[in-house]
Amino acid sequence: MISTDHFKALFDPRAIVVAGASTHPGKFGFVALHNILSCGYAGEVFATNRERSEVLGRPTLADLTEVPDGVADLVFVCTPAASNPELLRQAAAKGIRAAFIASAGYGESGEDGLKLQSELVELANELDLLVVGPNGQGLVSTPSHLCAQIVAPYPPAGRIGIASQSGNFVSSFMNLSRQSGVGVSRAISVGNAAQVGVIDMLEYYADDTETTVGLVYLEGVAEGRDFADRLEAVCRRMPVVILKGGASGSGAKAAASHTGSLATDDRVFDGMCRQMGAARASSVAEAFDIAAAFATLPVPAGPRVAVVTTVGGWGVLAADATATTNLELVDLPDDLRSTLDGLLPPRWSRNNPIDLAGGETKDTVPAVLDAVVGHSSIDATLVLGMGIQSNQGRLEKEGPFYPDHGLERIVAFHDRQDARYVEVALAASAASNKPVLIASELSVADPSNAAVSAVRDAGRYCFPSAERAVRALHFLNERVRWLKSFSTESLPAR
Amino acid sequence: MTTTLSEAESKTLLSRFGVKFLPEALVVSPAEAILFAEDFAAPMALKLCGSNIAHKSERGLVHLGVVGSDAISRSCQELLDAARPEDNAIGVLIAPMASGLREFIAGIAIDPVFGPTVVFGIGGVLAEAIADVTVRLAPLRRHDAIDMLQSLRSQSLFGPFRGEPAVDIDALADLLCALSSAASAIDGLVSIDLNPVMIVDGLPVALDALVEMSSEVTAS
Repeated sequence: MISTDHFKALFDPRAIVVAGASTHPGKFGFVALHNILSCGYAGEVFATNRERSEVLGRPTLADLTEVPDGVADLVFVCTPAASNPELLRQAAAKGIRAAFIASAGYGESGEDGLKLQSELVELANELDLLVVGPNGQGLVSTPSHLCAQIVAPYPPAGRIGIASQSGNFVSSFMNLSRQSGVGVSRAISVGNAAQVGVIDMLEYYADDTETTVGLVYLEGVAEGRDFADRLEAVCRRMPVVILKGGASGSGAKAAASHTGSLATDDRVFDGMCRQMGAARASSVAEAFDIAAAFATLPVPAGPRVAVVTTVGGWGVLAADATATTNLELVDLPDDLRSTLDGLLPPRWSRNNPIDLAGGETKDTVPAVLDAVVGHSSIDATLVLGMGIQSNQGRLEKEGPFYPDHGLERIVAFHDRQDARYVEVALAASAASNKPVLIASELSVADPSNAAVSAVRDAGRYCFPSAERAVRALHFLNERVRWLKSFSTESLPAR
Repeated sequence: MTTTLSEAESKTLLSRFGVKFLPEALVVSPAEAILFAEDFAAPMALKLCGSNIAHKSERGLVHLGVVGSDAISRSCQELLDAARPEDNAIGVLIAPMASGLREFIAGIAIDPVFGPTVVFGIGGVLAEAIADVTVRLAPLRRHDAIDMLQSLRSQSLFGPFRGEPAVDIDALADLLCALSSAASAIDGLVSIDLNPVMIVDGLPVALDALVEMSSEVTAS
């Protein structure tokens, strides 16, 4: 039986063996060792190489029998399929509990490979070994500074737990993690999922104190009912975001040839996700947005949203975006309107979206945000237009007149102001325990912008657009509704 | 191999789980048909009923809006005469005509991966083109049934519609929960089709029902 201890051996191993380390920098057996040694893993790292050639300037062992007893927990396997049964026996004899098998030549390669794969699982069960893969790209575990994978990148540490049927989507999600600064706890590509699959990983993540949200790429599931029941149990404990390939007819065909997944009507899968409480994303970007929202924001108590914007247009599109969601753009209550009347010039919008109409100053923005975010009629606040002053500052800094004519001073002032606005917004969020979402295309266009950096430095996510922030908030609210449905459900169906 | 129940058997079976149908009778003679019709002021609908009748409308085996004893008698006899041996005809179903502008479809289908599912969508002649259908796994919680209804794109159909009152959402959710209960309780169930489910005075009424079973299991 695979237990939590097996997963601990996988994600937080005391020492690792790379089996099949290669001297050739183009080979997986080289890259895997390189990545493990390059990202700060503190445990001991052994490597095997048939000729005992030095790899990356380190001595190697001829095989696993030369590894000391009872020291290593994980073996990362890059050797050919045919030699793996013997290797697993040797690993188990050394007290190793988990194996990640990157080797190909299994179920994905036809009839013979499929046979090898089922023999591999049988052997692993007999040896009490957790086997992930085969044909997987590897795993990442930031609490152990572990980058045991044959691809990049290594993401910043954080709370998102990734599990994927396709290794490249692990990379995609982690690239977005690096870009945004919203970090990852664990990430794994399950390859052919011979012994354990995505749902097993999610179950571990749900119990893992390092992980607060699951982010998943799926192409298909084998035992649908079992998957659905286990997914619901996971979702009761932790939010889960699912991106699924094969939603269209032609995508389903491609998925079938990629992972051998059975095609199911997409409407069934979609309904299953809603029913079991998972957020179904429609793109890589949306999936990451939602996961980042869950990882960094408190969930809203309800659907009532306020939009605060420094100028009109952004607010208009944000209002449009809420129309296709479960969110509600609240009418401002009279007391809040009069509070804002006292803080803003008469030309402000006087309703929601709250358009400051350029009336923002170092004193008004903090006061407005405090009043709006903290108000009892508002569950979540979207803040737009942060960073525009420091964006002008950047142009001035790069122009021919800098630093003269007072430019140095004003540029520094704009940077400080933008950072301060963001800090105030996030402080209001923390004080009220309500989500405040900051959105600006500058998060992509100029990650060095002072407002964007301030969001990032606070460990929060700067959404790339108001629409995307609204969409992510919709899924936060969906989860709240789903969780509530269990407590409000009085009796079974009439 | 699968086998289908007749419309009358399908309706009797599903009624037990709370699916609402029109009052109707299975008759075997024009005289019985006239007797049943006397209780209603409305025009009547007559259909040949058997376990093996596909394409009822295409074969002219559905007579709608039949008014008066003579016409009812004639309609009933024509339907009985039209029965072929392979239809397994057991009689004629007669019911008062229901009128409503909104039609939905509801049912149970077995997904190859996820097993029994509850299906609900827009019905009527444009159903395929509109393709507004939602699916959940059976069994449903009541929350799921309501969420299914809220997931349809065509939400305006649930409000007041061209002089008809708004749809009773609770009653519609009841229907979906009834189907879900049937799916859990009926051994060897392959599919249930309620098509159409018409909205009459705001309430859903299934005008037709077809239950398909695996041949190895007989209806309990």
